[in-house]
Amino acid sequence: MESKRLQEIVADHGKDPAQLLAILQDIQQEENYLPKETLKELARELGVPLARIYSLATFFSSFSLEPRGKHICTVCLGTACHVRGAPRLVDQVERDFAIKAGETTADRQLTLETVNCVGACALGPLVILDGEYHGNMNTAKLGRVLGSLKKE
Amino acid sequence: MAKAFANSADLKAYRQQLLKTRRTETKTISICAGTGCCASGALKLVDGFHRAVRERGLEREVTVRQTGCHGFCERGPLVVLHPELTLYQRVKGADIAEIIERTIQGGEVVERLLYQDAAGHRFVREDELPFYKNQMRLILAQNGHIDPTSIDDYLAVGGYQALAKVLGKSKPEKVCETIRKSGLRGRGGGGFPAGVKWESCRAAPCPDGVRYIICNADEGDPGAFMDRSIMEGNPHSVIEGMIIGAWAIGFPGRPQGYVYIRNEYPLAVERLGIALEQARRLGLLGKNILGSGLDFDIKINKGGGAFVCGESTALMASIEGFVGEPRAKHIHTVESGLWDKPTNLNNVETWANVPLIIDKGVKWYTGIGTGDVSRDPWGGSKGTKIFALVGKVQNTGLVEVPMGTSLRRIIYDIGGGIPGGKKFKAVQTGGPSGGCLPADKLDLPVDFDALTAAGSMMGSGGMIVMDESTCMVDVARYFTHFLADESCGKCVSCREGLRQLGRILDRICAGEGRPGDLELLESLGRTIRSASLCALGQTATNPLDSTLRYFREEYREHVEDKKCRAGVCRALISFRILADKCTGCMICAKKCPEQAISGEKKKPHVIDQSKCIRCGICRDVCKFDAVVVE
Ligand SMILES: Cc1cc2nc3c(=O)[nH]c(=O)nc-3n(C[C@H](O)[C@H](O)[C@H](O)COP(=O)(O)O)c2cc1C
Ligand code: FES
Ligand code: FES
Repeated sequence: MESKRLQEIVADHGKDPAQLLAILQDIQQEENYLPKETLKELARELGVPLARIYSLATFFSSFSLEPRGKHICTVCLGTACHVRGAPRLVDQVERDFAIKAGETTADRQLTLETVNCVGACALGPLVILDGEYHGNMNTAKLGRVLGSLKKE
Repeated sequence: MAKAFANSADLKAYRQQLLKTRRTETKTISICAGTGCCASGALKLVDGFHRAVRERGLEREVTVRQTGCHGFCERGPLVVLHPELTLYQRVKGADIAEIIERTIQGGEVVERLLYQDAAGHRFVREDELPFYKNQMRLILAQNGHIDPTSIDDYLAVGGYQALAKVLGKSKPEKVCETIRKSGLRGRGGGGFPAGVKWESCRAAPCPDGVRYIICNADEGDPGAFMDRSIMEGNPHSVIEGMIIGAWAIGFPGRPQGYVYIRNEYPLAVERLGIALEQARRLGLLGKNILGSGLDFDIKINKGGGAFVCGESTALMASIEGFVGEPRAKHIHTVESGLWDKPTNLNNVETWANVPLIIDKGVKWYTGIGTGDVSRDPWGGSKGTKIFALVGKVQNTGLVEVPMGTSLRRIIYDIGGGIPGGKKFKAVQTGGPSGGCLPADKLDLPVDFDALTAAGSMMGSGGMIVMDESTCMVDVARYFTHFLADESCGKCVSCREGLRQLGRILDRICAGEGRPGDLELLESLGRTIRSASLCALGQTATNPLDSTLRYFREEYREHVEDKKCRAGVCRALISFRILADKCTGCMICAKKCPEQAISGEKKKPHVIDQSKCIRCGICRDVCKFDAVVVE
């Protein structure tokens, strides 16, 4: 992230260390992940130890310290989705794309993530591909949804 | 929209004005635009209906309104036609023209879009559906009627009336007392009497008068979505509750508000943000609200996806910009919470109850629910509770019932029972801190105290129904891993203990259970419960304990017989193709990732067990139910 943009984000939050979480969310929103150099610069901007920023970035599951893929496939592993077979969906993506949950394919096409409930439990199991919700999933349907990515 | 209200008379006049102009509207098409229905394509419908109404020149007679979640998300997108209350479910873009022409203009019903129950009965009116008919919707009452992005809609149905009733008119102490006497208990899990909390926070010494009023919208229970639905469908009810709280707890000081909301709920964040902005413009937030002298505003803080941040002290640490680690509670947060100031934290649903209580009174409110709270706010459970009824049940969705309703009524009368002719096995309440209750507990009245006595808890209202194809050992394993992942790591007992529990359960599910494992689980569980600082660790073994208590035989089968009767634990099951059902369509053989299935076209296929990884894809793709688990 360019220094100028980072300073703008920091200024938007009143240069307030209490707003760290919100600042990190904004950075991830734009960069798709939290770049190391940006975090170092942020520590200097705010005058807080880098360790404190890292502790937040590693504590909250919505942050990624690695660049993520062009496409993001999020499988819900909340209870409602779990009892309706969500773990098998994770297995399927892991197998088909040779990555583990939280990882990105070598060609940076796809990142597989999991989430603990997005509040659409009545439609479980739920898979979100690039922000689009797909409800009542099973392995056959997921295969179709992801099929288009494999060909790309 | 009007200019800011200087006092409650302004608000009243504006409302009357609104009602006058609104009476001319004849028909309304309400389209649910909650997270669930949006996932099923509701936004396209909203556009489509607007266009169709415009094209036919019906704008003057028909209003198209997008609303928040109606609670019956599984059947979405839902469309309700007012005033007849005709409910159409699973509506698609292609149905729009027909709905307008046949129903709106022709007054007929489009049969195929009606809800149909398992026995084949069709229902026309929303309020005739067993799912809705057997509920008592107070908190969710307006969800299907108002546009959550319109403060006018909320005002028109009587919104902010409770606020006008107390602000500058009732003494703050009196308002605290009303809430205490109503018996309102926290809906976020603990069931602590809200009025008692308010009074303690008000009484706490506070030289500069800054008290924090916080709404816990972290909704961490995976499988629960009532808080999301309230914020998406009726955000002003939460805001109104919080302003009343600010008056009761913080006036004449300088109270400040926060909503801590989870990042996974983008739509709720958006709707709440819009609602706050509108409330500010009308002078319902800001300086000298309704001329009462109260200054109060609310900020939104987004969480980062950590379950433990729903815990009160962890939540406050997170708002301060630190990681969400709970602290010991010997210092109460009502005295020293956020930035060491007296802080009052309540859950979304708790706040949404407040305007209702003020509006309708203690007598009315205490008439709903169980027990007697006239002397002791702990003496019963009053009002309604919203449950997220999900899992293996016909009608999944949000169910609001009076406290004390039996599990059976919720699961069978409202939920329609278990689908596919399967047998009920258990119901899980209370989220990761709760427990699983078996069939003989179905007549239990659901309130704070009865559920706790049975080894589960109310929690925030997740209710997950499980049938014979759910493995109880796997459920315990699921929650244990969930909590091990979500443990903040501060206490060794919780961080390491849960990990070990998880490993033992993994072993058992992998067919490597050993004699003595169950006792080991129990003794380790005791240590975790007694040596952990916050309620995450202290209640972490509830799912395990309750399944061990009620479903011990299933554990024994896993350990001794190496069997999973539910057909879930992969190491203990195998898939087989029934020769008499298999038509030889070859689809399973094509889809099998391991090429473990062979057979000729139009002839029964077989699975090579040495190659099979038990992924279950063959069973999913088979159109003839020829693949079975054993
Ligand atoms: C691990 C843990 C997670 C919690 N998560 C939530 C939550 O997501 N939402 C919530 O309202 N309360 C949650 N609570 C309960 C809160 O600590 C607190 O009791 C509650 O928000 C108080 O509001 P109430 O009295 O209105 O229920 C959680 C508690 C624990 C121990
Ligand atoms: S459990 Fe998956 S959306 Fe709630
Ligand atoms: S989102 Fe439409 S009914 Fe819940």
